[in-house]
Amino acid sequence: MTSEIAASATDLYKTYGSNEAMVKALDGVSVDIRAAEFTAIMGTSGSGKSTLMHCMAGLDSSDSGSVKIGDVELSTLSDKKLTQLRRDRVGFVFQAFNLVPTLNAEENILLPLSIAGRKPDKDWYRKVIDAVDLSTRLKHRPSELSGGQQQRVACARALVSRPDIVFADEPTGNLDSASGAEVLSFLRRSVDDFGQTIVMVTHDPVAASYTDRVIFLADGKIIDELLEPTAEKVLEKMARRNRRVKNPV
Amino acid sequence: MLSFTLRNLLARKVRLLLSAFAIVLGVGFVAGSFVFTDTMASSFDKIAYGTVASVNVRPVQESSDAMTSSMTMDARRIDASVVEDVRQVDGVRKAAGGVQGLGLFVITKENRLLSTTGAPTLAFNVDDIRNAAGDEIMTLVSGRAPAREGEVALDARAAKAAGYRVGDTIKLATLGDPPVVETKLTGIVEFSSGSLAGATLVLFDTKTAQAMFMDGADEFNTISIERDPSVSEEVLTKRVQEVLPEGLEAVSGTDLGNETKSVFDEVLGFLNTFLLVFAGISLVVGSFLIVNTFSMLVAQRSSELALLRAMGASRRQVQAAVLIEATVVGFAGSILGLGFGFGLAAILKSALGYLGIDLSGTALVFLPRTVVVAVVVGVVVTLLAAYIPARRASKVPPVAAMRDDQALSEGTVHWRVISGVVFALLGFGLFGLALWTDLPKPGWMVGAGIISLLLAVIATSVVTAIPVLAGLGRGFRAIFGFVGLLAEQNSRRNPRRTAATASALTIGLALVTTMSIMGASINASIDEGVDKQFTTDFIVTNPTRMPISSTLTDQIAELPSVAKAVPNQSIGFTIGDEPIYGSVTDPQAWSDIFKINYVKGEAPARAGTIAFNETKAKALGVSVGDTVEIAFLTGVVPVEVAGVFEDSEAIGQSISPYSLLADAGVKRADTVIAVNKNPNAGFKTTRAALERITKDNPTVVVQDKESFAEAQRAQVNTLLYLIYALLGLAIVIAILGIVNTLALSVIERTRELGLLRAVGLERGQLRRMVRLESVALAVLGAILGIATGTVSGVVLQRTFVDDGITALSIPITQLVIFLAVSALVGVMAAVLPAHRAAKLNILDAISVE
Repeated sequence: MTSEIAASATDLYKTYGSNEAMVKALDGVSVDIRAAEFTAIMGTSGSGKSTLMHCMAGLDSSDSGSVKIGDVELSTLSDKKLTQLRRDRVGFVFQAFNLVPTLNAEENILLPLSIAGRKPDKDWYRKVIDAVDLSTRLKHRPSELSGGQQQRVACARALVSRPDIVFADEPTGNLDSASGAEVLSFLRRSVDDFGQTIVMVTHDPVAASYTDRVIFLADGKIIDELLEPTAEKVLEKMARRNRRVKNPV
Repeated sequence: MLSFTLRNLLARKVRLLLSAFAIVLGVGFVAGSFVFTDTMASSFDKIAYGTVASVNVRPVQESSDAMTSSMTMDARRIDASVVEDVRQVDGVRKAAGGVQGLGLFVITKENRLLSTTGAPTLAFNVDDIRNAAGDEIMTLVSGRAPAREGEVALDARAAKAAGYRVGDTIKLATLGDPPVVETKLTGIVEFSSGSLAGATLVLFDTKTAQAMFMDGADEFNTISIERDPSVSEEVLTKRVQEVLPEGLEAVSGTDLGNETKSVFDEVLGFLNTFLLVFAGISLVVGSFLIVNTFSMLVAQRSSELALLRAMGASRRQVQAAVLIEATVVGFAGSILGLGFGFGLAAILKSALGYLGIDLSGTALVFLPRTVVVAVVVGVVVTLLAAYIPARRASKVPPVAAMRDDQALSEGTVHWRVISGVVFALLGFGLFGLALWTDLPKPGWMVGAGIISLLLAVIATSVVTAIPVLAGLGRGFRAIFGFVGLLAEQNSRRNPRRTAATASALTIGLALVTTMSIMGASINASIDEGVDKQFTTDFIVTNPTRMPISSTLTDQIAELPSVAKAVPNQSIGFTIGDEPIYGSVTDPQAWSDIFKINYVKGEAPARAGTIAFNETKAKALGVSVGDTVEIAFLTGVVPVEVAGVFEDSEAIGQSISPYSLLADAGVKRADTVIAVNKNPNAGFKTTRAALERITKDNPTVVVQDKESFAEAQRAQVNTLLYLIYALLGLAIVIAILGIVNTLALSVIERTRELGLLRAVGLERGQLRRMVRLESVALAVLGAILGIATGTVSGVVLQRTFVDDGITALSIPITQLVIFLAVSALVGVMAAVLPAHRAAKLNILDAISVE
């Protein structure tokens, strides 16, 4: 495991609404995402975990603070440069609606490359397809694929352009446990076999157990961190936190 | 259920606004047509009834056909002694002889013809007879009435338009000798009962009028009688009739007014129908927009409708909810459309004012009938269009409320293809009947065939769209790469919606293409005909198609550079019910100049003979040697058929010697003079010599082959541009339909667009994608429309080969321009939807909630 930094956030602040209704989504978050590592961001809903991911992925902007992918500072980029950065250096897996319904699986996988007008690296493409086990379903439209297959197509799409970093937002949220396990194993393998950097937002301790490092968020702040997590350890941390909330000292 | 419906309406007002707008435009067109023609009718009624005396005496009219009679100038006269006799009748308060001068024109200060709008110039002698209602017909607004030779009065609008004031010397073009007279303007009058709709009044004193129009004899064309109020119009008319000599009739003011009114009504009825046809086309096109909007609304709301069903609403209630929504939209659209139509009529009225057809004395006429028709049409069209989506809404199963996907059951395309094939067969069958049989009214059959063909194209467009869109997609991908592919896929995503959206444009462009092929073919036929038949060097004619002075013929014939000048007069008469527009001339001399091919018999050289063209001879069922009774306004004359000639543009449907005019009591008034130059005289010198004669007389123009063809083409083109402008509204509605479809599909695909943006699609690329989808829609509509229109245009031309449209011309450049403009329309229609799509917030789009 190297200690190279794939992405970082420094002193991120972001609020929604104003006055009484103001919500501090991010309240001074600083975090480094290490390269070739599988990182989970956990927290209850409203903890700011999705906002953090959106800001780090260049989908949303923070009120203040800095976000870097590699050594590129995102906050100063124009919309066009930001879009190109997402296209060329970031991969995405969303909870639902990951695929364009009019395009078949193969076209969906190649979407970021097609938008950029680039040709895929044939060997790499083969490898990714084999890894997600989709070679027989490539000509099918999303509506002809199961939920798990759809998410695996989305994973393949996220990897095919060899991005610096992949962001996954509750990738198993809509899946049954078997399909979810397949997707998570694939993400795990892509870190181990290909050295891919992945950040995953989740609230599922089992999903988090596939990662190398778990970052816990609450009320817009990083409150804890866990290395080499297991589902039990994660549950324990969450339970402890819940107790703290229930019985404030 | 009702309050639920109404709340829905308010919630989706923006979306419904677009479909309501289609109704507003369509209904506005309908209402505008009615308001405008009603206003014209009201104005004409005032003229028809405001200008007639209680009792009027005139020579007996033998023909009641208004159109052919309008070409006839009555040469019969009433002796002054009859006026004296009439004055003695008990109940006659006043009687005055009237002299009407036709073929008179006012020449403006700039030496131009005053009236070119087709509104007549009415010249007559001043009298003090009041109209049937007991009011003064004319009011003097300045100066004094003309009292002696060399004096004249004009109506206020004409004086102003011609730039004349009281005291000025003005110029008039007449049919007499000299052709142009100068006279002093002594007074300006106004028509007491409103506006004259562009007609020009020229008034003389009786002696001057008789000198100009009656060769100086103390004779009249009519007698106007003002009655004693104690005697009714009817009774007095009978009493007057008793003292009249044979050949004269007394007509009550009411009857005469009705007669005039019926002529106006016929013309206005035609105008109204003409406008309503285009209004109907706009409404049909608009209904596609409504079908689409309601289909999309129902699709978007299917889970909501399912919830209603799950909670116990019956199918009927769900269907009714959608239909009530449609009724409200249709009603609101119709009310707004009424306002729009009123505005449209007001604009049309003032536009005509600029052209010299002044209707300012008449307020816009807003009859209850207009309101009823507009609202009924608007609501019924909306309801019909919303019926299919409403039925589909009622078929949403209650269980759909529990499902995530909102797929609505879509019927198969089978019935569309089957009905499309049936319509196509019907259409081509009708074309076949029109082309290869002798059944009457082939034009109507072709019209019905075109409608069938359009229905076939619309019904099958779901299927035919696929290869067209695939072809377009190939082009898009080649030029725009992946964005092109996305656009193509989007355009093919919902074939029904794509087809319905494109169909609106298909209708508009099919009609535009048909008209452009007809226009080009008519022009080509004119050129062909002129080439073959314009064997004269020059023709001298009146651009307003009114007569010219026969003195001109003599002057032209005397020119040294002119070898031959043959006059010709257009006449109209009827044989039975068949109207015939022919001419009188010196048939032998005319045949020397123009190649007239007598297929049977010979030129009708002798008095009492006539020749018909082949078409009319066939229609009348006459051949050489037969005797036919031809009815003019002024009398019925038996003539012998001397020959039958091949149809020719150089002459009307019949030809007779000048003697026919005298036999029928029709006044001589030449309309065309054909001129051949001396072989040794130069073309330019001859033309210059002719123009020297006509230069002071703007009623007359000299045309050679080129300028004659040009003038003919200009008339065709003017009509064509008018039709394009009227079809323009349908095309505007079709464009609204594209905007609507795009806007809705952008909303529907919010999350997909967000995903595309997240994985790296730039804003510009996204806009281009929407734009290309729009272009695909527009070009699809255009291709289907132009193809249908080309078939229709060709069939229409082939059908009317016998009616003079002999040449087929397909204006390829024009059709390519239509296609290019359609693509451009696609780009324009996409501006707002594309902007909206690009502005989309990625996070909103991809968030699950």
